Amino acid sequence: MEDVIYGINGPVVTVKNTRTFSMMEMVHVGTQKLVGEVIGINDKMTTIQVYEETTGLKPGDPVTGTGAPMNVLLGPGIIDNIFDGIERPLKAIEEISGSFIARGAAVSSLDLEKEWNVTIKVKVGDMLSGGQIYATCPETAIIEHRFIVPPTINGTVTKVQPNGNYKLTDTIVTIKDDKGVEHDLTLCQKWPIRNARPCKERLPATIPLITGQRVMDTMFPIAKGGTAAIPGGFGTGKTMNQHQLAKWCDADIIVYVGCGERGNEMSQVLNEFSELIDPKSNRPMTDRTVLIANTSNMPVAAREASIYTGLTLAEYYRDMGYHVAIMADSTSRWAEALREISGRLEEMPAEEGFPAYLPSRLSEFYERAGRVETLCGSEGSVTIIGAVSPQGSDFSEPVTQNTKRFTRCFWALDKALAYARHYPAINWMNSYSEYFTDLDAWYRENLGDDFIKYRNKITSLLHEESNLMEIVKLIGADVLPDDQKLVIETAKAIRVGFLQQNAFHKDDTFVPLEKQKLMMKAILHLYAKAKNIIAAAIPISRIMQLGLFERLAKMKYDIPNDKPEMFDQLISDIDSSLAKLTV
Amino acid sequence: MIIDYVGVKEINGSLIVLDNVENASFEEMVDIRLDNGTVRHGRIVQIEGKRIVVQVFEGTKSISLDNTRTRLKAKPMELALSPEIMGRVFSGAGVPIDGLGDVYPVKKANINGTPMNPVSRIYPRNYINTGISTIDTLMTLIRGQKLPIFSGSGMKHNELAVQIVRQAKISDDEDNNFCVVFAAMGVKNDVADYFRRSFDQSGVLSRVVMFLNLANDPIIERTLTPRCALTAAEYLAFECNMHVLVIMTDMTSYAEALREFSSSKGEIPGRKGFPGYLYSDLASLYERAGMIKGSKGSVTQIPILTMPNDDITHPVPDLTGYITEGQIVLDRNLEGAGFYPPVSVLPSLSRLMKDGIGEGYTRADHQALANQLFASYARVQDARSLASVIGEEELSPVDKKYMQFGKLFEQHFVNQGYTENRNIDQSLDLGWKLLSTLPRTELDRVDDTILDRYYITDTERLDFDNPNGDENQTDDE
Repeated sequence: MEDVIYGINGPVVTVKNTRTFSMMEMVHVGTQKLVGEVIGINDKMTTIQVYEETTGLKPGDPVTGTGAPMNVLLGPGIIDNIFDGIERPLKAIEEISGSFIARGAAVSSLDLEKEWNVTIKVKVGDMLSGGQIYATCPETAIIEHRFIVPPTINGTVTKVQPNGNYKLTDTIVTIKDDKGVEHDLTLCQKWPIRNARPCKERLPATIPLITGQRVMDTMFPIAKGGTAAIPGGFGTGKTMNQHQLAKWCDADIIVYVGCGERGNEMSQVLNEFSELIDPKSNRPMTDRTVLIANTSNMPVAAREASIYTGLTLAEYYRDMGYHVAIMADSTSRWAEALREISGRLEEMPAEEGFPAYLPSRLSEFYERAGRVETLCGSEGSVTIIGAVSPQGSDFSEPVTQNTKRFTRCFWALDKALAYARHYPAINWMNSYSEYFTDLDAWYRENLGDDFIKYRNKITSLLHEESNLMEIVKLIGADVLPDDQKLVIETAKAIRVGFLQQNAFHKDDTFVPLEKQKLMMKAILHLYAKAKNIIAAAIPISRIMQLGLFERLAKMKYDIPNDKPEMFDQLISDIDSSLAKLTV
Repeated sequence: MIIDYVGVKEINGSLIVLDNVENASFEEMVDIRLDNGTVRHGRIVQIEGKRIVVQVFEGTKSISLDNTRTRLKAKPMELALSPEIMGRVFSGAGVPIDGLGDVYPVKKANINGTPMNPVSRIYPRNYINTGISTIDTLMTLIRGQKLPIFSGSGMKHNELAVQIVRQAKISDDEDNNFCVVFAAMGVKNDVADYFRRSFDQSGVLSRVVMFLNLANDPIIERTLTPRCALTAAEYLAFECNMHVLVIMTDMTSYAEALREFSSSKGEIPGRKGFPGYLYSDLASLYERAGMIKGSKGSVTQIPILTMPNDDITHPVPDLTGYITEGQIVLDRNLEGAGFYPPVSVLPSLSRLMKDGIGEGYTRADHQALANQLFASYARVQDARSLASVIGEEELSPVDKKYMQFGKLFEQHFVNQGYTENRNIDQSLDLGWKLLSTLPRTELDRVDDTILDRYYITDTERLDFDNPNGDENQTDDE
C-alpha cells in the first residue's frame, strides 16, 4: 500500500498506519517530492519534518522513503561552492528557478558533468582499507582533493583505470573485500550527516589556530581541533569576528555556515571572499571556502540540518589530512529551530520552551571537533567556532549556558565595548580559554618564554585596572597616587593600542604573532621605565606630556607588519625621551 | 464540483474546526458564508486527516455551530497586483477600502512570497541621504537595507519616519522611480491619518500604497498585513524596477497579534508567551528587503516598533535587532530635554554602513569621524556618571571638556529641525567642529593625516553660543 499524508502542521507532516519508514530516514513528500526526514515513529503514526514550505500539501499525497538516512554527497566541487542547509547548490537552483527559491528543485549537490583530472595512487593487488587515499585531483588552485575509501569498505584492488579525466560517477578503482563482494569506487561517496566520520585516534590540542587577531591569539587562544563560542547581543560584532576568523585563520579549509542569519550577509561574504586575496597562497579566499547559507527566511527544518551538513563536509576534508575550521553563525538560530520543531511535535518543554534534549544535541555537535590521526595515518583537524545570540543579551539563557559547558574557549562580546566602538568587543574580564596551558609548550618553543611572560603581565595589569576603576567610578582618577595612575594609563594603552584592532586597516586586520609580541614588549617596556621614574618622585603628568602613550596607541598603524625592526627604534625613542626627565 | 460544508464542529477564538472535509490542502483559502449573507475569509492552518482548522480573518463573532456554509477556494492566499495599486488604500488583508473598486490584476502572487536566493542578492551599498545628521553620519541608511526604529509610546518616531520619507525623496535623482508602501498594524486611527496627511503635504500620496489594519481591526488580518505590503513592495521593486521604501508600524502590535493567534491554537509558548517561531516569522518579513540581480529596483524597510516599557531586551526588539541590519534607537531622556529627533546614538547602528560610505560614496573621512564621535560620546557617558557621584566641579579638566562636548553634541548635532534638511557635507563638518572642542590628543581613533586636514585649531571658529539651536548657522563656515 502506498503511504500517504494524514496530517499537516507547519513543517511537520504525519503518515498514519505505516511500518515502512525507519528513524531519521530521508523521504520525499507530496507530488513535488519535497525533501523530509522521519523524526518520530509509533505504531499509529510516523512523523516527518519537511525541509521546504508545506503550503499546498494535501492529505492523500504520496510519501516515499529513500531507504537511507539524511545524507550528503561528498566529492570534488564542494569547495568554492554555496549550498543551502541540505546541500543543494544555490547557484544551480538560481539557474532553474531564478532569484527566488522554488520548492522541490531537484538538482544534484555536485556537478555530475564536470570532468576532473584524476591521478590514481593505487595499483592492482594493493590492499586498501577504509580512509586510505586511492586517487587525487586538483579541486581548486590550492586544494588537492584526495579520494578516500569509504570508512566501511576494505579489500584488494582488482581493477584500476588509467590517469585521466573522469566525471563524478565514473568508477576509477574496483576493490574486492574478503567476502568476495566487489565495490566500485567513484569520485564521490555519501555519508549520513548526523553520524561523525571515524578516525584512528584523537590527538591532544597542542597546536594553536593562529587567527592574527591579537585579543584571541594572545589572551584567549584556541587550539586546532578546539571549540570556541562567541556569544554576544545584537550589534556586538559576532558576524564580523566570524568573518575575520574565516579570512585570516591558518586553517587549510573554511566551512562557513550561515545558519538562520541575514541574506545580505551571505552576499557580502560571497563578494568579499572572491575579491580578497589570501596572502599565503595569492589566490582568492573562495578557493579554500565552502559556504552553507540557510538564511533566516529559508525553511526552519533545513536550518536545523545545516549545522550537521557543514560538519560532515568539514570532517570529509579532515579525513584527507586538512586542517578545517567551521564557523557556525549562529548556533542560537539552530537551537531555536530545534525548539520550533519540538513545539510542533508537542513535546514537553524544558527551560524557556527549549526541548530537554538541547544540551545533549549541543554536546554531540561540539564533540565532533578535534585534532585527529586520520584512518590513512595523516593528521587533520576540525575546529568549531560557534556564534551564540543570547536573547536580550542575557548570558544566563539556556543556549549560552549549555554552550559554555561544551566549549573550551569563550569569547564573550560586550555591549558597552561595542557601543564605544571598541572592536573586537571581546570582554577581557569575562572571556576565558582553557587551551592556554595545553598550548604553553608551543608558544614557548616558537616565540620564546617572553611571549607568555608578557601575556601574563598584561593580563594582570588589566585586572589591576579593573579593580582601580571601581574606585575611580566613585571618587575620580585625580586622587589616585601616581603609580596607580600609571597602571590606568598603561591599561588604556593596552586596550586602545593592543586589544582594539581595526578590521578595515590593511595592516591591522591581520597581525603576525611576532608583531603581537613586540607590541606587548613596547607597552611593558614603557610601563617598567615609567614606574622607575615615578619611584624617583617625578610626577606622572611630565611623562604624559612626552606623547609616548599616544605613540603606543598608534603603533599598530605606524609600524607595518613586515618591519618588526622598527620596534627597536620605538623602544630606544622611549628610553631617550624618558632619560631627559631624569637629567 | 464545488462542495459547501454546512456548520462547524468547534469554535475557539479566531479558529474554527471542520470535520469530514475532502481534498483540503495546507494554507488553502476558504470562504465562510453566514446565514445573514455576509462572507468571511479564512485560511487552513492545520490538517489532520479530514479534520481541518481554519483561521478566520474577520473574527468568529456571531458564528454558531450551524449557521455557516464553508467553501474551499483551492488556492493559497494571493494578492492582486498591478502598477495601478499606487495611490490606493487597502485593508490589512489586501481588500481595497477606498471605494475605487477592485484592482484589475496584471499578476497574482502568494503573499507568503518565496525566499530570495542568497546567490541572487546584490550586496547593498548605495547610501540614502536622509538629511538627518545623526542618521547620515553615524548610522547611514543604505538602499536595500532593513533599518528599524526602536521607539516607545509617545515618542516622535512617526515624525522621524515621515521626515525620512520626505527628505530621502528630495535627494533622489531618479525621482520617478520612488514609491512608498505603508503598512499600519494595530495603530490608532489618528496615526494612520497623520501619515496620510503628511504624505499628501509632501506630495507623494500618489506614490504611496497603504495597507491599513487599525487598532480595532481583527488580529488575524493584522498577521497578514505586512505580508500583503511586502508582496506589493516586491512586485513594484523587482517587476516595475522602482525603489520602494516600506514603512511598517507597529511591529509590536503585529507580534502581539501573532501571540494571540498562537495561544488560541494551543501552541507551546516561548519567552513572554510569544510563540517559539517568532524569530522565523519576523525573519520571513524582514528578509524580504534587498536588491536582486537583474532588477533595478530595491526594497528598503523601515519598520517601527514600540518597546514595551522602553525595554530593549523585550523579545520583539531583541529578535528584530538580530535580524535587521542595525537599528535606530530613540531615547526618552533626549525627547524629554526637547531634542528632536531623539536618536540615542550609542545603541544605534547600521551594519551596512561601512561599505556604503567613504571615498566615492560620501567622503573619505566619514568612517574615521563616525568612529571618533561614537568613542568620544561613549566617554561622555563615563564622565557624566562620575559627575553624578562627585559633582561636575570635581572632574578633571579633560572630563570637563567631555561634559561640554556632550552637551554641544546633543544640542547641535542630534537636535535638528523637523523640516531641516542637512546635506552630508554639512553634517560631517559639524561633526569635526564638535570634535575640535576636545584636545587633539584625545582623538585616538583618527589618523594624523585626517586630523591635520579637519581638526580646527582656531578656537574662534568653534563658536556654538546658540543653545536654542538655530542650526542653519553651521553651514556658514
